[in-house]
Amino acid sequence: MNSIILQTATRVLVALILVFSVYMLLRGHNYPGGGFIAGLIAASAFALFAMAWGMEAAQSALRIPPGNLAVSGVALAGLSGLMAIFYGDGPFSGQWLTLIGAKEEDGIVISNVLFFDIGVYLTVLGAVLTLIFALEEAS
Amino acid sequence: MESAGDTESRNGDRKTPGKWISLLAPIPPALIALSLLYHLPDISAGREFSFGFTWVSELDVSFRFYIDGLSFLFALLISGIGFFITIYAAEYLRGNPLLRRFFLYLYLFMIGMLGLVLASDLITLFVFWEVTTVASYLLIGFNHASAVARRSALQALLVTALGGLCLLTAFLLLGEISGSYDLQALLTKGEQVRASSLYIPVLLLVLIGAFSKSAQLPFHFWLPNAMAAPTPVSAYLHSATMVKAGIYLLARLHPVLAHTEYWEWILTCTGIATAAVAAIAALRQTDLKLALAYTTVIALGTITMFLGSDASAAVAAAITFLLVHSFYKAALFMVVGIIDRQTGTRDLTKLHGLAKLLPLAFIAALASALSMAGFPPFLGFIGKELKYEGALAVASEPALVGTAAIFANAVTVTVAGMVAIKPFFGPPPVDISCIQRAPPGLWISPLVLSAFGLTFGLAPDLIGGGLVEPALTSILGLPETIDLKLWHGINVPLLMSIFTFVFGVFMYLKLKQLRSWLNWDFTHAPTNADVLWDKSLEYLKSFAALQTRILQNGIMRRYLTVIFVTLSLALSYALLHTGQFSLEFVWPNLNLKEWAAVLLTVGGTFTAGAASRPLVAICALGALGVGITLIYLFFGAPDVAITQILVETLYLVLIAAILPRLPVFSRSKKVRFRPRDAVLGGIVGLLITVSILVVLQTPFESPVSEFYKEAAVPEAHGRNIVNVILVDFRALDTFGEIIVVFTAAIAAVTLLGHQLRRGKQ
Repeated sequence: MNSIILQTATRVLVALILVFSVYMLLRGHNYPGGGFIAGLIAASAFALFAMAWGMEAAQSALRIPPGNLAVSGVALAGLSGLMAIFYGDGPFSGQWLTLIGAKEEDGIVISNVLFFDIGVYLTVLGAVLTLIFALEEAS
Repeated sequence: MESAGDTESRNGDRKTPGKWISLLAPIPPALIALSLLYHLPDISAGREFSFGFTWVSELDVSFRFYIDGLSFLFALLISGIGFFITIYAAEYLRGNPLLRRFFLYLYLFMIGMLGLVLASDLITLFVFWEVTTVASYLLIGFNHASAVARRSALQALLVTALGGLCLLTAFLLLGEISGSYDLQALLTKGEQVRASSLYIPVLLLVLIGAFSKSAQLPFHFWLPNAMAAPTPVSAYLHSATMVKAGIYLLARLHPVLAHTEYWEWILTCTGIATAAVAAIAALRQTDLKLALAYTTVIALGTITMFLGSDASAAVAAAITFLLVHSFYKAALFMVVGIIDRQTGTRDLTKLHGLAKLLPLAFIAALASALSMAGFPPFLGFIGKELKYEGALAVASEPALVGTAAIFANAVTVTVAGMVAIKPFFGPPPVDISCIQRAPPGLWISPLVLSAFGLTFGLAPDLIGGGLVEPALTSILGLPETIDLKLWHGINVPLLMSIFTFVFGVFMYLKLKQLRSWLNWDFTHAPTNADVLWDKSLEYLKSFAALQTRILQNGIMRRYLTVIFVTLSLALSYALLHTGQFSLEFVWPNLNLKEWAAVLLTVGGTFTAGAASRPLVAICALGALGVGITLIYLFFGAPDVAITQILVETLYLVLIAAILPRLPVFSRSKKVRFRPRDAVLGGIVGLLITVSILVVLQTPFESPVSEFYKEAAVPEAHGRNIVNVILVDFRALDTFGEIIVVFTAAIAAVTLLGHQLRRGKQ
């Protein structure tokens, strides 16, 4: 598709959608969102880019082959699940670390659950983009 | 069959696998054998050992082992003969670049076999049973460049794995009957098992398992084919140990399953038939190794025949003969291996006059063959006298068993002559210069093993009280005494022995005529088990091809039809089966925006179904998706709604990308209305709606969702319950799902790539 309006709008929109996907990823634990949804949003950003600028442009904009993205996502999720073993819990049980401030309410907490969600995000993004690119290459 | 690989190994670089391996390899089995021997006095005194740990407590499966007389005897045989085999194999395969792999497989087998005979839990026993099957597959196919070896390996694997599956079923049924998989507990519940209505199925399944492993009719054909393995393997697995696993199982379950007419008749008849068929086949062979393989089948048949009885003399004959057979048969196989390795052939018609060239191998062969033929004062003589005594003690059919035993033994005498006399006597070979003398690593093992045959024959008390008696006690449950001795006085067994000798020697002298007569007979026979096996495999393959053509023909519409027809049949059955439900129609109380969502959904459905152009249909599907998204949103599932709308969007993009490529959707082809599909779709939709309504009618208790609601914040620090469930409470499921997503992407890429290549061709 060769539309100047779409191409111009896409430059802004893709950046916004990607930022939005990260926002959805991070808020997921408390509000609607999460890794799966955020991954789909990011994938749709690249799909939009591909529609406006073509598949090759989208691929070079991604920089990394989408398959690698998916693999690293699965690996990240798996490793974050295994992390619990070092604390003596069963695999895939949540481990929480309070960084700043008191417990629970005010502090910034970091957890393996977050990394697990990032893993889901990368996998979904990578897998969907793999599909889209492969379909385009095949046709 | 293996000579190609052996020639290669002989000429190959002698340094390839380090020399240390031939020094280290015999140590593990030696240590096991010595530690077992250390406990010999305890076992003789009737003590039992038990050790292990709980494996799966929920299923009452434990990783336990125990040692009683029977398992001690087998474990000692496995480790003891394993020791001699490793010495021999290290020399036999010297210079083979895959020597390390060979010993890996051999140790795997040894572990499997030891676990099998020591296991005190049925499931553990089965696991080790399968380990020996896999190890045997790897070892038979060790010369993997040879197609014959590969075929034989696969055949042995399939036959014994088939038996293994039957065995697993039998074990599960036994566990159901007795309430536990513990073997020791099971042994005390023989009465209960025999009285059970499941006794016959259990018996048949166990027998299929044992018979396939121990090469009994009709599964006997894999064992001669397994001779494609290197000779150390044939000597170890396929004569001394693995093929005895079935025998072990029969002996082990004797207290549980025996003492019925079914057991007695099936075992006796199968044993006799196996021995008879193998005896005739053995006489026909000119390949020394094959002739020995068939005598192994004869021996296994004989042991099975004796285990059919519950007379103590018959069982004693089976156990003693098992021990005797392991000694002489392993030694003879090793001698044949020496002949093969040094002369390059195992063909009986080409071998003669080797006595001077391979003097020590000749001594070993002669001693083992005398034991095999049952000549006094060798252990084989005692074994044979016991067999005749046992045959006469079989209450029901002593004449039949006795005749079978005489015939089997006479053929064994003949084969003993074929192996130990024919190759070594006569004029010296023509090409004498190219035959080397055998190195000590080759002849020491058969020599020692054959010396055992003589030593224990002269002093049978060495094995009588310590080994055979405890094993008998384990099988028969009562303390048994057995008096092994050479001279019993002039009695019926001795007369039978003399007759056997005369008959066997007569057959040896008339071997040529006998063989030509048998060969004539066999070439005119319509078929044999090996051919039948090949045919049945072919039928299986063509059946698989047929059902693949019907069910997986590559046409997406037919897949969907099959799936939806199955779904509607299953759903209707479930609905009719549950029966009690009432559906009453209530006009829904919805506001305007909700009606709009419903309208969008229903409208999208009908437009998609009725559209004649693909693009319209896809857009209508999109509208339908949006309608459903709205419904999710209005009824309080924002996460699901977001996911749905995103999936709808990406789905449209994907379809748009492939649309031009699909031939069905090209413009020239108009989509016809398909009434069959419409009816099917309508039925599936209706059934699913009704099932959902029925499910909603059943009273719903929600402790699980209450738990998630309460535990989400304190335990998982999150307020979005859906996400908390996904990434914390059920993170393992999610992990599985992302692997599925990833795999689907890989699969799609592979398929598309494949399609692409095919398009280019």
